Amino acid sequence: MKKNWFYRKSSIKKLCAYSLIILIVVFFVEYFIFLYPHFDIERLFGFYAFLGFLSCIALIIFAKLFGILIKRKDDYYDL
Amino acid sequence: MICSLFHPGLLIIFSGLVIPFLNGFKRTLFILSIPFLSLLSVWTMSFGNDCTISYLNYELILINLDLLSRLFVTVFIITILVAGLFCCKQAGSFELAAAFVYAGSAVSVVLAGDLISLFVFWELMALASTLLIWSSKNNKSYQAGMRYISIHLLGGVILMCGIAGYVYETNSIEFTHMQLNSVTTWMILFGFLLNAGAPPLSAWLADAYPEASFSGMVFLSAFTTKTAIYVLLRGFPGTDLLIYIGLFMVFYGIIYALLENDMRRILAYSIVNQVGFMICGIGIGTEMALNGTAAHAFTHIIYKALLLMSAGSVLYMTGKRKCTELGGLAQSMPITAICGIIGALSISAFPLTSGFVSKSMIVQASIDEHLLWIWLLLQVASAGVFLHAGIKFPWFVFFQKDSGLRPSDPPKNMQFSMIFLAFICILIGIFPNILYKMLPYQVLYQPFTSAHILVQLQLLLFSGLAFFVMLPLMKRTLTISLDFDWFYRKLAPSISLLIFNYLSKAKISAKEVFNRIIFLISFNEKTEHQVSISNYLEIIVISFAIILFYFLIL
Repeated sequence: MKKNWFYRKSSIKKLCAYSLIILIVVFFVEYFIFLYPHFDIERLFGFYAFLGFLSCIALIIFAKLFGILIKRKDDYYDL
Repeated sequence: MICSLFHPGLLIIFSGLVIPFLNGFKRTLFILSIPFLSLLSVWTMSFGNDCTISYLNYELILINLDLLSRLFVTVFIITILVAGLFCCKQAGSFELAAAFVYAGSAVSVVLAGDLISLFVFWELMALASTLLIWSSKNNKSYQAGMRYISIHLLGGVILMCGIAGYVYETNSIEFTHMQLNSVTTWMILFGFLLNAGAPPLSAWLADAYPEASFSGMVFLSAFTTKTAIYVLLRGFPGTDLLIYIGLFMVFYGIIYALLENDMRRILAYSIVNQVGFMICGIGIGTEMALNGTAAHAFTHIIYKALLLMSAGSVLYMTGKRKCTELGGLAQSMPITAICGIIGALSISAFPLTSGFVSKSMIVQASIDEHLLWIWLLLQVASAGVFLHAGIKFPWFVFFQKDSGLRPSDPPKNMQFSMIFLAFICILIGIFPNILYKMLPYQVLYQPFTSAHILVQLQLLLFSGLAFFVMLPLMKRTLTISLDFDWFYRKLAPSISLLIFNYLSKAKISAKEVFNRIIFLISFNEKTEHQVSISNYLEIIVISFAIILFYFLIL
């Protein structure tokens, strides 16, 4: 059986390439648009991109560490 | 009781009681027409008080209509209409009846102009929602429902104490803006916050809701937490404490949702997360923030119902809830997947969806008030929402590895209600003025500036990048996460078991001792007599021991 479009290697490559192009465009388009910053910290170039990326990585790592403490097998309460 | 028109909430409650007597096409027609009638009556009513009853020495106001209450009532009725359509053929009459009584009480809470009628409908809501959880009729839902009702009755008792004290202090039952200057208003605030899923007792939400049926959770997601938002909006706007409670809930929701494996529990945690945004907005308390909160409650009810319908359809067609068992469903359920993705984009506040035009107002309010740290945390949280609900839910259910499951899209009525809600999400996203016109204050805000769209895209797309970079760490495991409910699900039962074991041992040894004494006194008499005396003595001794124990504690 032929694999669904989403699961073919060629289309995954295509999707990754398109996403990368979109990310680069969204990042550098800031050169052409004035952002009307309110706080000083917003004046850093690509502030929102870095904020989104880094805070998510931090959240995932924190969740992972916190998970060591609070994760239990899913039949924990049934026993 | 004098009413100029029929009460929209009571209409839904009473029609809920009629549903069990109908079946087939009649039932469907009834379920769809009652919300229409109710919506019609709300929009033809004039603002102000209506439906007053004299009770004791007070005058209860059952309808107090203004822009804010009309907004909430409208979205509640839309939900009961579309969710009713979603399950009108699949759900049992018991479930639909409970859902109607539940929704009707929520509408009545919103319309209530005084604290007494508010409390009555508040408790009715707790009872009806428990019945709704039980309507999935299995042991797990029974137990979860028991825990749910215990927590809500506790909240109800505290709220009642607060209201009684407040009425005694102020001599007025009017429900209006309150100050946190006495124990009674603190108790009222506690009662309200408990229903919003605020810490420390927030575990009830993710514990109970996912145990409801595939359609029951759609109803549950809309009413309890959002009536809490409504009463907080009216009672405690501008209370600083709420900003911090809201921020805590926002991050609590994200972290627990990231750890979760059950798709509907992910969405339950994200309810707490979204309600956190709203509570933060209530805490900021400016007109912009309150408008933003009301708008966000409206859009959130719609896109959360959409997400839960999408998850409900998956559950209905496959019978599976866990991300570890799902995946690749977009191939055979394209409509469910697309509608789920639209809901996921809306919750993430993607431009041109409803979340974008509502959440931005809360964030803007923090900018207007120059609250740097709160603004920063809200932005981080917005990125986190995309992470845990915007990508995680659709990715693990509809894409990721191919689970080999090939269910088709759900029946037509379920498909249609999902498409309808997806349409509303996009409609509000493109034409925000439809929503802005219904808000309590005048809206002086323009969401569609090129700068705003760009920064939002940067924030969201790069958090999406972070998700895929960290994908190996996001691998799902067959686990649950401990929460505050551990104290009443594990610790308290084990302590009571310990005490019970100890008491039963004491009882056995006491029995032996007394049997021996009786035997010594009357070893000539018959055995039957001996047993009856020993039982009689045993009761006396145990009650004596209990009294002694009680005095010792004192």
